Amino acid sequence: MNRTHLAALSRVELTLFLRSKSNLFNVLVIPVLIVMGTTTVMRQFDLKGAGLAMGHVMVSTTAGIVLIMALYAPLIGVYVLRREEYVLKRQRTGEIGDLVILASPAVPMAIAAVLQFTAIAAAVALIAGLGAPAAPHLVAVGVLLGTVLIAAAAALSTAFARTAESAQGVSTVGFMLLLVTSGTVVPLEVLPGPFADVLRFFPLTPVIELVRSGWTGEGAGMVDSVVRGATLLAWTALAAWGALRRFRWEPRA
Amino acid sequence: MLRMTNDGNSNVIEVTDLWRRYGPPGPGGFDAVRGIGFTVGRGELYALLGTNGAGKTSAVELLEGLARPTRGTVTLFGRFDPVRDRRRVRPRTGVMLQRGGFPTDLTVAETVRMWASCTTDPRPAAEAVALVGLAARTDVAVKNLSGGEVRRLDLALATLGRPDLLFLDEPTTGMDPEGRHDTWRIIRRLRAEGTTIVLTTHYLEEAEQLADRLAVMHAGRIAATGTISDIVAEHPSTLAFRLPAGLTPADLPHPADLRASVATAPAGPAGRVELATDDLQHTTTEVLLWARAKGVALHQLDARSASLEEAFLRIARRRADGPGADDTGTDGTGTEQAA
Repeated sequence: MNRTHLAALSRVELTLFLRSKSNLFNVLVIPVLIVMGTTTVMRQFDLKGAGLAMGHVMVSTTAGIVLIMALYAPLIGVYVLRREEYVLKRQRTGEIGDLVILASPAVPMAIAAVLQFTAIAAAVALIAGLGAPAAPHLVAVGVLLGTVLIAAAAALSTAFARTAESAQGVSTVGFMLLLVTSGTVVPLEVLPGPFADVLRFFPLTPVIELVRSGWTGEGAGMVDSVVRGATLLAWTALAAWGALRRFRWEPRA
Repeated sequence: MLRMTNDGNSNVIEVTDLWRRYGPPGPGGFDAVRGIGFTVGRGELYALLGTNGAGKTSAVELLEGLARPTRGTVTLFGRFDPVRDRRRVRPRTGVMLQRGGFPTDLTVAETVRMWASCTTDPRPAAEAVALVGLAARTDVAVKNLSGGEVRRLDLALATLGRPDLLFLDEPTTGMDPEGRHDTWRIIRRLRAEGTTIVLTTHYLEEAEQLADRLAVMHAGRIAATGTISDIVAEHPSTLAFRLPAGLTPADLPHPADLRASVATAPAGPAGRVELATDDLQHTTTEVLLWARAKGVALHQLDARSASLEEAFLRIARRRADGPGADDTGTDGTGTEQAA
């Protein structure tokens, strides 16, 4: 990947991001509202009985919601719109590599998502009196790898969207699947054991578990962390491979 | 300034037995490009003409490296495959797509700067926009440009890197006459500077004005190729007139004596006759001598040499006769089309 090209295009993408009021609203406001709404959902579960603290659950939930709402959903919209308006095809005629074309629109959203997670998680920690993360490197690895995974998943998802309108449907299905299979809105600890064991190997679950274990220090041992990291990397590689194979650069004829 | 394009080979583009298929093999698929072949020399302007759906854009996209051919080869600058060697080819090529988009919230200047930041040795942005006549519109958002201005911006980006090889896919579509002539002026200037240009167009005048050589595509094949003179020479001239009442084409001298074939014009007025001939002077002389000898007046007499338009229309009409009508692929003109 040409870093000069990526930096140049990312600057342009940041300009475009800041000029789009709807994007700013979707990326900066919607996730906050959903995180706040999710606290009500979490109160329905017996978290204490599952050995969980509400504050810790909300921190990891924030990671999932922010990655899905601030990165996955809007990025699908941007990719499909650019494809339908022949912007991607035009970019491919120049010296810019395919990976840079795909990565650059994700950069401002990824930065916004990471900053947003940091701010909301800090606020939750302050309100719930959680203190600093026990293993901050695991939190960082989870969020950063999760960012790459979600960007690749967004690119792959566009293969199933024929138009800008259908992109909304595809992103809705995608983020619902990611939310309910990852422990983001329903902690795996309150689910039946065998079912939760299977979900631990779903794409976004390692992000939630790395963030939570990184904050609590529980389950932050080498073996558990490596398994989660490897699972996350495997899904990221699979999504990236699928995206590079299936991504369409121009509208269907 | 022209950079060296290859090692001793004067052809910048070599295309051999090129096929492009959409859809699956077998009956469900469609061959948009069917075994074309041609070469384009350094500094040459080569035009691809054709009706809509003839396969021009599908063919050019293979040359640009935007798609892989189903079969056949494209070689650029003597040794590069445009897909496999994309990194080496792209700094030396410029592309103006038939439909190319830009982020609409950027201004003209921002768009050019963005493209320049990802281009090897670009022209200064001010020079690029001035070249295409957009110097007064640099602060205007792309979404507020007219269709013709967007095409000019597209051309500015295509020429930003001073390419050795430039692909222009219907560059003047959507432009007003002034814009079209301005674009032709720019294309002539680029060609004079040594740029090799592949131009697709359905404007015959554009091809006549600009092309050194051209190919007429029809149903995915090259139906005619060569210089305009070569192509026109392969098509007959026409002598048309209206016979007076009481005379029929059978009363004319024998076609062999006229060196022409006789056809009545079905859509024209009664008595209208068209003679197709490769020797317009001889045919006209014979018909006029016959008319004088008979003492008849030929109304609406019209002697017309073949033109590119007529040649093009004859090729295009084959489509109406059915896509399989020219399945042999060529009509015998030129020498470069695929076997």
